[in-house]
Amino acid sequence: MKRFRATYIIWLRDLKRHFRDRARIFGSLATPIIFIFILGQGLGSSISGGIPAAGGALDYKTFMFPGILGMTVLFAGVFSAVSIVWDREFGFLKEMLVAPVPSWSIALGKVISGATIASFQGCLMLILAPFAGVSLSPLMIAKLLPTLFLVSFSMTGMGVLVATRLKSMQGFQMIMNFIMMPMFFLSGAMFPLANAPAWMDILSKLDPLTYGVDALRSIMLTDVPSRYSFTTDIALITLISAVMLTVAISTFSRQS
Amino acid sequence: MNALDKSAAATAQVIAARPPASVGPVIEVENLTRRFKDFTAVDEVSFKVGRKEIFGFLGPNGAGKTTTISMLCTLLKPTSGRATLNGFDVASQQDAVRQSIGIVFQDPTLDDQLTAWENLQFHAMLYNVPASERLSRATRVLDMVGLVDRAGDRVETYSGGMKRRLEIARGLMHYPHVLFLDEPTLGLDPQTRSAIWEHVHELRAEYDITVFLTTHYMDEAENCDRIAIIDSGKIVALDTPGSLKHGVGGDIITLRSADAGATVAELKEKFNLDAAIQPAPADTSGPAGERIYLEVPSGRTLLPQILKSITTEILSVTVREPTLDDVFLSLTGKQIRDESVDKMDAMKTRVRRRRSQKGMGH
Repeated sequence: MKRFRATYIIWLRDLKRHFRDRARIFGSLATPIIFIFILGQGLGSSISGGIPAAGGALDYKTFMFPGILGMTVLFAGVFSAVSIVWDREFGFLKEMLVAPVPSWSIALGKVISGATIASFQGCLMLILAPFAGVSLSPLMIAKLLPTLFLVSFSMTGMGVLVATRLKSMQGFQMIMNFIMMPMFFLSGAMFPLANAPAWMDILSKLDPLTYGVDALRSIMLTDVPSRYSFTTDIALITLISAVMLTVAISTFSRQS
Repeated sequence: MNALDKSAAATAQVIAARPPASVGPVIEVENLTRRFKDFTAVDEVSFKVGRKEIFGFLGPNGAGKTTTISMLCTLLKPTSGRATLNGFDVASQQDAVRQSIGIVFQDPTLDDQLTAWENLQFHAMLYNVPASERLSRATRVLDMVGLVDRAGDRVETYSGGMKRRLEIARGLMHYPHVLFLDEPTLGLDPQTRSAIWEHVHELRAEYDITVFLTTHYMDEAENCDRIAIIDSGKIVALDTPGSLKHGVGGDIITLRSADAGATVAELKEKFNLDAAIQPAPADTSGPAGERIYLEVPSGRTLLPQILKSITTEILSVTVREPTLDDVFLSLTGKQIRDESVDKMDAMKTRVRRRRSQKGMGH
């Protein structure tokens, strides 16, 4: 357990920082709220017939809710991971790196803390579910929480991996434009991928978030046909998480 | 107990709580070298630092000071050569070395969203300080740097000087054998700088510790027991400040004349003195024009003779005892100040000032 000391310290420190910053906690809900209630409402009322589902047509807002949950987790996880770059520039990481602790435990701490924060932000979103027309049973919530954590874990793992390659905060804009936005739009968060053209279909299969959104949607919206079975989704996300974590840790350790 | 007994007891407590001291010098460096591609930052450097010594590394930026510290702190692997710290090898016994040292970097490494308490607690956890001792140790180190009253405030509200004091306090939390201070007073105002020095002398006694610091401020280096002057990766001199200054010779005479070249020639011809011509100081504080620089055994007796026999017009004259600036000049043929404020440094100082202005005074 001694080897995991730094992991625990990073986790505790990041959580303390996160929960102290009320503005950030609630501010980060602004984007999802705008998406659901402005874009979702507006676009929904112009799509005639809504989204096809087993029990008749589904309101667009309801359809996109699990997708927006995926988006929240993606953004929160990557933001949290990218703080490595910030810490490296403004010091705190250096304090950790000269301590008598292994560097892998620092990277692991960063992934776990980011995953915790992202899952928390995701849980906060669940409060909005009734307003989006999603009714959640206790069983669904019991299934949602570990799934949210797993998806958060894979997204943060990717974030840490990217952050170790990033020299300065300036590179973050690039990540936003070239990784996060395409990942979000290709994941099926905003529209069903059933009728997507072949090129988009291929890209969406390469997008780790696709499986996360699919899993979240199949828990919450039982009427919408899901792309893969829940078990397949979970197996793939677990695999992605494991790969991201391993590569992120080894890249980070090699650097320092 | 009187105050003296109390501090002796406190020191004994430090010695008992930390890993035992090795036999021999606390730092031993042999032919330490670090290359970056074609550039040799540290070139076959050897020296020893004794226990409870305040040891200074003095030299211009880019001389290899930070590279040497980084190798001693296990942050950078030496290309060749060997260094031990409290008996542990810096290349192969990383964790043991790290546990034996405290480090204050040039740039702050505090988490400014957290309070001073929290920063110290995290540090204590990282360095295996037993939970039962964390509070008492934190109180003790904060008390020394005069920050107990502000311990519950977030670090972002601190001034630059307070942050540096907190970092020094943090470096002491795990009772290290050696405290490394990389440019501890860079970017601080003169008052805060002298306060930092007071702390350094105090903590050496109380924590039974060796202090290894780098600086490019000559006047500050006088605070050290011994100084290694480093230039282009090599140690060019290593001695006490007093002996180093003594080595320069008696006095320094600086002249300004209407024709510097002619004056130098005359000095050579009439007194067999080797004078050097220096460009005007960059800071424009004094009068413009070149200076003629002379090292002589006794300035007070020689100067009247010089003034009598030199035919070129002399504009001004100063005689003074040598400083470490003169030592550096005579050893390397250049002034440390010429190189000390490069662009990066000036920028860092500005950023620090801005940050410290944001905080409240200390």
